[in-house]
Amino acid sequence: MSSSNNSSSNNSPTLQGFLRSDGRKGIRNCIVVAYLVECAHHVAREIVDSFRGQPVHLIGFGGCYPNAYADRMMNKLCTHPNVGGALLLSLGCESFNRHRLAEEIAKTGRPVSTVVIQQTGGTRKSIDSGKLWVEQALKQIADVPRAPLGVNELVVGTVCGGSDATSGISANPAVGRAFDMLVEQGAATIFEETGEMIGLEDVMSARAVTPELGHELKASVEKAAYYYKQMGHASFAPGNAEGGLTTIEEKSIGAYCKSGDSPISGLIKPGDVPRKSGLYLLDVVPDGEPRFGFPNINDNAEIAELIACGSHVILFTTGRGSVVGSAISPVIKICANPETYERMSEDMDVNAGKILRLEASVDEVGEEIYEKVLDVASGTQSCSESLGHQEFVLTYKSFEPIGPSCLPM
Amino acid sequence: MQPEGKSRKLLRIHRDDNVLIVVAPVRPGDRDVIDGCEVVFTQNIAIGHKVAARDIRAGEKVYKCGVPIGSAKEPIPAGAHMHLHNLKSDYIATYTLDKDHVFVK
Repeated sequence: MSSSNNSSSNNSPTLQGFLRSDGRKGIRNCIVVAYLVECAHHVAREIVDSFRGQPVHLIGFGGCYPNAYADRMMNKLCTHPNVGGALLLSLGCESFNRHRLAEEIAKTGRPVSTVVIQQTGGTRKSIDSGKLWVEQALKQIADVPRAPLGVNELVVGTVCGGSDATSGISANPAVGRAFDMLVEQGAATIFEETGEMIGLEDVMSARAVTPELGHELKASVEKAAYYYKQMGHASFAPGNAEGGLTTIEEKSIGAYCKSGDSPISGLIKPGDVPRKSGLYLLDVVPDGEPRFGFPNINDNAEIAELIACGSHVILFTTGRGSVVGSAISPVIKICANPETYERMSEDMDVNAGKILRLEASVDEVGEEIYEKVLDVASGTQSCSESLGHQEFVLTYKSFEPIGPSCLPM
Repeated sequence: MQPEGKSRKLLRIHRDDNVLIVVAPVRPGDRDVIDGCEVVFTQNIAIGHKVAARDIRAGEKVYKCGVPIGSAKEPIPAGAHMHLHNLKSDYIATYTLDKDHVFVK
């Protein structure tokens, strides 16, 4: 654990990570059970449910039609540093390329197996076969080598959900301070939701490390504005004004101020993993004409994308009181509203509502969030983890690869 | 903790801000201190809403969290409530519901 003494040497490894073959290190060591079509979901869930309390997580893609984005997401998730091995659940006739996914996982040295329900002989035999494999795999991954893990090797994502008027004035700026501290210590940090950056494209572009990246950041917000307009999605609800928000720019800063004050080092898309320290914007809005509906149907769809970009841990700010966690990476809840905190404290890791009660400064809560990241990275369960939350959502989307200006050297 | 003599109802988020956030309900006649100057509030202002941190000129950019959130429609004195009546977006007009639940700009 890092102490609150800032004089301690910067990148001295204080944590132990699970060392993976690509050199990345995990803060958790779980088996994912991944269904490759909704038809295999029940079998996958039955397998996972029989390992309650053990690190076995359920993920999956429900669609029967092929989708390059879903392929890439599943690949990145199954080879995430927090994942030690994967069991794939196939019905047998879906479009998902189970062979390629299994090959890609095997290449990383992780244990992987595929249960094809139609070949195995139906529901019960597939559940039994899957359970047997997971039992063996858990023993196998217990021997994964451990290695010192520096703060500079962490990837931390942030998302907000269940927001109210307090989110943008307590929890979100405090996450911004924590992000600044993490970047100073050499970590990679990721913020997202370009649809909630409308009005801030110039402010944000000015923070880019190169003018070319600045153009890309601005273009991503313009794309989001167009996409949401096509969705007919009102970006400003009457409740926002009731809560004290006056303009779209003001609503956007609630989301934006989670990014802190660091320069923006790059623009990434779901599945792109930052390879060096800095602050990155994750562009979550699909490219091309709107095809599959809203960019992300709920908070967990965004969390899954942050994790596919390598996030070891997610900082989730909420005012009204979201309770969700996630498969694969721990979710840390930062509660913006002091009244919500009092009602739902068991679900909340950090009470940023103290800022509104003038009992703590934004800086102090920022430091508390930073310490909580290190605590959770050292193995302590976050509230949502200890309550058993492992939500996961993955839907259809389409992206073009990022351009050459998006990750300046 | 806020030092003595500083506001207990208003919060400055960023050093560049010219608005402060109401963190405890404000009532008419309440007095508070903004950057060393006393202001007297003339109306109820709810938590989460904004007041001017200093006198703001008509057309001046308004900053919250260190970034512009629009422009002043009219001169706004320090301590005045800032909302749809005196602050406008520089991008897209804000539509909201009036007291009769009708959409208004």
